[in-house]
Amino acid sequence: MEKSAYFKGRLLPYLLLVPQLVITFLFFYWPASQALWQSFLREDAFGLSSDFIGLENYQTLFAQPEYYKSMLTTAVFSSLVAVLSLSIALLFATQADKNLKAAPAFKTFMIWPYAVAPAVAGVLWIFMFHPSLGTLARPLRAMGFDWNPLLNGDHAMALVVMAAVWKQISYNFLFFLAGLQAIPKSVIEAGAIDGAGPMRRFWTIVFPLLSPTTFFLLVVNVVYVFFDTFGIIDAVSGGGPAGATTTMVYKVYADGRLGGDLGGSAAQSVVLMVIVIAMTAIQFRYVERRVQY
Amino acid sequence: MANVVLRNVRKTYPGGFEAIKGIDFEVGDGQFCVLVGPSGCGKSTLLRMVAGLETITSGEIDIGGRIVNQIEPAERDIAMVFQNYALYPHMTVYNNMAYGLRNRGMAKPEIETRVQEAARILEIGPMLDRKPRQLSGGQRQRVAMGRAIVRQPKVFLFDEPLSNLDAKLRIAMRVEIRKLQRRLATTAIYVTHDQLEAMTLADILVVMNGGIVEQIGNPLEIYQKPATTFVASFIGAPPMNLIPLDGAELHAQFAGDSRSETEAGILGIRPEDLSILPASETVGGFALELMVDAIERVGPETFIYGARAHRDGKPAISRKPGELPPGEVIVRVPGQIAPAIGERIVATAPRDKLHLFSADGRRRIDL
Repeated sequence: MEKSAYFKGRLLPYLLLVPQLVITFLFFYWPASQALWQSFLREDAFGLSSDFIGLENYQTLFAQPEYYKSMLTTAVFSSLVAVLSLSIALLFATQADKNLKAAPAFKTFMIWPYAVAPAVAGVLWIFMFHPSLGTLARPLRAMGFDWNPLLNGDHAMALVVMAAVWKQISYNFLFFLAGLQAIPKSVIEAGAIDGAGPMRRFWTIVFPLLSPTTFFLLVVNVVYVFFDTFGIIDAVSGGGPAGATTTMVYKVYADGRLGGDLGGSAAQSVVLMVIVIAMTAIQFRYVERRVQY
Repeated sequence: MANVVLRNVRKTYPGGFEAIKGIDFEVGDGQFCVLVGPSGCGKSTLLRMVAGLETITSGEIDIGGRIVNQIEPAERDIAMVFQNYALYPHMTVYNNMAYGLRNRGMAKPEIETRVQEAARILEIGPMLDRKPRQLSGGQRQRVAMGRAIVRQPKVFLFDEPLSNLDAKLRIAMRVEIRKLQRRLATTAIYVTHDQLEAMTLADILVVMNGGIVEQIGNPLEIYQKPATTFVASFIGAPPMNLIPLDGAELHAQFAGDSRSETEAGILGIRPEDLSILPASETVGGFALELMVDAIERVGPETFIYGARAHRDGKPAISRKPGELPPGEVIVRVPGQIAPAIGERIVATAPRDKLHLFSADGRRRIDL
């Protein structure tokens, strides 16, 4: 639906836009342009001067096998987290949507993890799964499973995925639940009368009607795994072992902050930014079209 | 093709609220049954129990000789048209109608034939590729009907299907629903709160109030012989005038017939059975002296709202909105008659048009 407002003064509409523009400028365009500029510079080892070196940072970056490895790690990590957190949240939301007595309590408990800071969530999970201290790692090892996220890259990945998923389920759950509750009951009942069993009703009626929510969450979750999981990774594995959990955003931090290569790190953040923008654009262009009904 | 029988059907919600308090009736094969009553009377709940969308606390519901209490909605061989149509918003009109057939594993060509046939009957052929949001209210209503008829069920269930349409379309669709149901000769149960819809559609009318059946019968019978004061005031618009009378008044009014022996009761007169005369003329039979309070001229007829002259001469005061104030009487007269506000008139009715109910309104007293 087209909506337009008419203002008498010519200045008022611009004034109303100013707060949003200022925020976007201060927290996105300005740092983004700084990163872009920085990516063309090389800092000397003591951080006293910098030279313009053009695209050299990018050339170095794309010549590093570690960089491709972090891309792959990011791809694995983000698809696991997005798929798992979306599907588990959807499962929980469908259960909470039933008229159960415990549903309100269930909903409250479901929301709590969202209030936990990512780094704290990471610490909680490493406490549970630390190979020698972890309360849950000990029974695993007692059962003969050689659980060691500090040495085994796959285990480390599993752990950060679990922590990141756990953290994100609350958010997805809330949106899915609201989406489910917005579906008119009579449509589901019509499906029941039309001879569709519960599973078929879910896949042919509920799931398609939920697709705008799912799409929105997909976009949000991709942004989440690309950027906001940094705290979890830092607390759980510090990107290791041997770079097994070094995602692109973690590498930006590791190379720039720990490695002191500000130019290279800036080039990485530019690449990361381009990837996320491209992915979001693709999602809106191709996926969103299919979720409108 | 099936009849539907309800035997002592009850519904109690977990909180202890008794929505349906023991209902019995039978709808014969191919008959159109209308459940009518004010909101909250349990009519929709009852319909949903027949559909299988609500559990049955006790009693039996029998569709075509099979007790369906424990049978899933899909297996009951019914189709339902919902108040908000409940179309699948993400499916085209064609798929909305085909969905139920596909779920039952029907062959594609057969589905095609049935959907096209339904689309032809309902004149929605050109809209088969559209989504529900691209349709008007009336068109959505037709699609909902189409979804019901393609299934060729034993019973159609309608839950206030016309209440979201504008007045003109409602009348047109009402006629169409009736024609369609006659043509398909499928048993139908239809829920509405609109007494006019109920009167015009029903073969059998079930008047409900507070979870019980007040009266069952054919619409004209119910109109002519309402069993309780509730039915008397619910069926017919404007509603029947109800005037409480004490023993002496009753005796005077019904002198010479068996009804005059009643202790106290409620006298009922339909507005259309009253006619007016100038105050000076005297007639035999029943007469009420009224002072004209308000007039509604609707064209072909005029509704006169008159205050009954009280014994102490003071005008009566209304108690609740929507309720006829004590002492107010509605008279329905031809459109050309229009007394002035404040004028005194005498409304008369022949004695055989008078209804008498027990003082609690629960029982009709006949000759």
